[in-house]
Amino acid sequence: MNVSMEFLVASGIGWVTACGVFLMLRGRSFPVVLGLTLIGYAVNVFIFAMGRLWTGAQPIIGNGEVVADPLPQALVLTAIVIGFATTGFVIELALRSHHESGTDQVDGKEPGA
Amino acid sequence: MSMFSLISPHLPVLTVLLPAFTAMLLVLIGDSRERLVLARRIALASVTLGLLLALKLALDANGGELRVYRVGDWPAPFGIVLVVDRLSALMLVLTQAVALPVLLYASGGWDSHGRHFHALIQFQLMGLCGAFVTGDLFNLFVFFEVLLIASYVLLVHGQGKERFRVGVHYVAINLAASALFLIGVALIYAVTGTLNMADLAQRVPLVNGDEALVLKAAALILLVVFGVKAAMLPLYLWLPATYAAASAPVAALFALMTKVGVYSIVRVHGVIFGAEGGASALVAEPWLLPLALGTSALAVFGALAAQTLPRLVAYLTIASVGTILASLGLFSTAAWSAAMYYMAHSTLVIAALFLLVELVASQRGDADSRLEPGAPVAQPVLLGLMLLLAAASAAGLPPLPGFIGKLMVLQASSGHDAQVWIWIVVLSVGFLTLVGLARAGSLLFWSTRPELAGTGTAAGASSKLVFATIALLVGGVAMTVLADPLKRYTDAAAAQLTDHRAYALGVLGGEGVDTTRPYVFPRPAAGGPAGQGTEGEP
Repeated sequence: MNVSMEFLVASGIGWVTACGVFLMLRGRSFPVVLGLTLIGYAVNVFIFAMGRLWTGAQPIIGNGEVVADPLPQALVLTAIVIGFATTGFVIELALRSHHESGTDQVDGKEPGA
Repeated sequence: MSMFSLISPHLPVLTVLLPAFTAMLLVLIGDSRERLVLARRIALASVTLGLLLALKLALDANGGELRVYRVGDWPAPFGIVLVVDRLSALMLVLTQAVALPVLLYASGGWDSHGRHFHALIQFQLMGLCGAFVTGDLFNLFVFFEVLLIASYVLLVHGQGKERFRVGVHYVAINLAASALFLIGVALIYAVTGTLNMADLAQRVPLVNGDEALVLKAAALILLVVFGVKAAMLPLYLWLPATYAAASAPVAALFALMTKVGVYSIVRVHGVIFGAEGGASALVAEPWLLPLALGTSALAVFGALAAQTLPRLVAYLTIASVGTILASLGLFSTAAWSAAMYYMAHSTLVIAALFLLVELVASQRGDADSRLEPGAPVAQPVLLGLMLLLAAASAAGLPPLPGFIGKLMVLQASSGHDAQVWIWIVVLSVGFLTLVGLARAGSLLFWSTRPELAGTGTAAGASSKLVFATIALLVGGVAMTVLADPLKRYTDAAAAQLTDHRAYALGVLGGEGVDTTRPYVFPRPAAGGPAGQGTEGEP
C-alpha cells in the first residue's frame, strides 16, 4: 500500500488535535491545560506543513536548485515561543486558582458540592 | 525642527516602541510604595505622549497620507511592514484617549492593589497599538498575543477567588482561539504564499477552484477567532463574567479589546475578502449580519436581567459590539463609516460606564454593586447626572453621539434586504438599553434604604476619580460637537479601505513581487537575470 507523506502527517495532526479537543473539554484544569498544549503542538506541525512537505530541498539558499519555503519555519518558531510562554502562564494560573478555591475543577467547585 | 524631521518617518513604529520601552522602564523601577508616584507620572507622561503621537498620525492620515514603515527597510511582502491609514490612526487615537483617563483613574488607588499594574497597562497598549498598525496577518497574531498576555495578568489584578476562577476560563478560551488563529493564518499562507495584507488583497481574487474553498474555510476560521475577541454570538459567553470580575479600570480598558476583534474583521473580511475577492468574495457576508443582530438582541436581554452593575455594563458592551458588527455586515462604505463613528463613541461611553458604576458602588455600603436597594449614595446629584448622560448616550437619544451613530447605521441600511430587521433590532436595543439603565438608575438613586445612610462612604469619591470618569464622558459627548469633521474622516477612512490599488501601491511599491513554490533558482548561464525565483533573500 502506498501511503503518501501528506496523508500520514495530516492524520497525525488530526489525531493529536482530536485528543487535544477531548482533553480540553474535561472538567478539571489539569487536563484542560494538557489539551491546550496538545492543540498547540498540532498547530505548530500544521503551520510547518503549510510550507508543503519537501524532501531533499535546502532550508536556505545554497548551491541546490530547490529551496524549501523558509517562512513557515520562522512563523512556527514564533508560535512555539508564544505557546510555551502562555502554557507556562496558564499552569501557574490554574495552580493559583486551585489554591484559592481548594479544587482543581474549572468552575471552582466540586461536582455536587 | 531637524530633530522632528529625524523622528517623523519613524512615527508608526514609535506608537509600538513608546509603550514597550515605558513598560520595561516601569518594570525596572518597580512599584514599591515610595516609587509608585514616580511610576504613575512616567506612565501618564508616556500615554500623553502616545495620544499626541496618535493625533499627529491621524492629522496626517486625514490629509490622505498613507504611512508605510518597513522595519529594517526590508522590501514589503518579505519584511515586517507597519501601515497607518485613516482607520489605523483613528483606532490609535481611540486607544490612547481611553487609556489616559483610565490610567488617571487607576492612579487613584487601584494600581496599588497588585504588582506591576502600570507596566502591564503599557504592555497592553503596546499590543493594542501594534495590532492597529501592523500590515500583515502574522504580526496581527503576535500583537494579539502581546495584548492578551498583558490582559491575562491585568484581569487577576487585585486578586480574589472569583478573578482567578474566571481568569482560567478567559485564558483557556483565548488560547483555543489563538490556536484557531494560527490554523487560519497557515491555511491562507498555504494557498496564497503571503501574509502581507496588501499583497493578500491582490492575490486572493486570483485564487480559484478547490484552493478557493480552502481559502474560504480559512477566512471563516478567522471569523470565529475575531468573533471570540469581539464577543459575537455565540462566542460572547465568556465576556460578562470576565469583565464583571475585573477591577474597574481594567474593565474600562478591556472595552478596547473587543474593538480589536472588530478592527480585524474589517481588515480581513471587509478588505481582503471583500467585494473584490474573486471566488472568495464576501465570504463572511451570510454570517456577519444575522449573528451581529442576534448578538445585540440577546445581549440587551442579558443587560435587563443583570443582577450587578458591572455585569449590566458588560452586556451593554456586547450589545454595542453587535450594532457595530451589524453595520460592518452591510458591506458598504457608508455603513463602515457609521460603524467607525459608533465604535469610537460606544468605546468611550462603555469605558466611562465601567468607571462610573464602581464610583456608585463604592458609596452604597453593603449593597455594593448588586442591583438591590441599598444605602443612599453620598453624591446623588453628581453621579446621577453622570449616569443619566452616559445612559442617554448609550441608548442613542438625540442629540448625543450615540443617536448620530445609530442614525448613520440606519441610513446606511436603506435599500438593504435586511433593512427591516436592522431597524427593528437597532431601535429596540436602544429602547431596552434605556429601560435597563433607567431601572438601574432608579434603584441606585431613588429606591434607597435611608435607614442604612451612613454605612456607605460619606466622603464621596475623590476628585481624581470623578475627573477621570467625566473626562471619558466628555470625550464621548464631544463627538456630537465634532460630528461633522469626524463623519468626513470616517467616510474618507471607509473609502480608503476599498481602494486596494492605492494601498498595494503604497505598501508594495508597485504591482508586488511574484513568488512561487518551490523556490527554484535556475542557475543562469552567464551573468543573466536570476529568473523568476525572486525570493527576496539578499
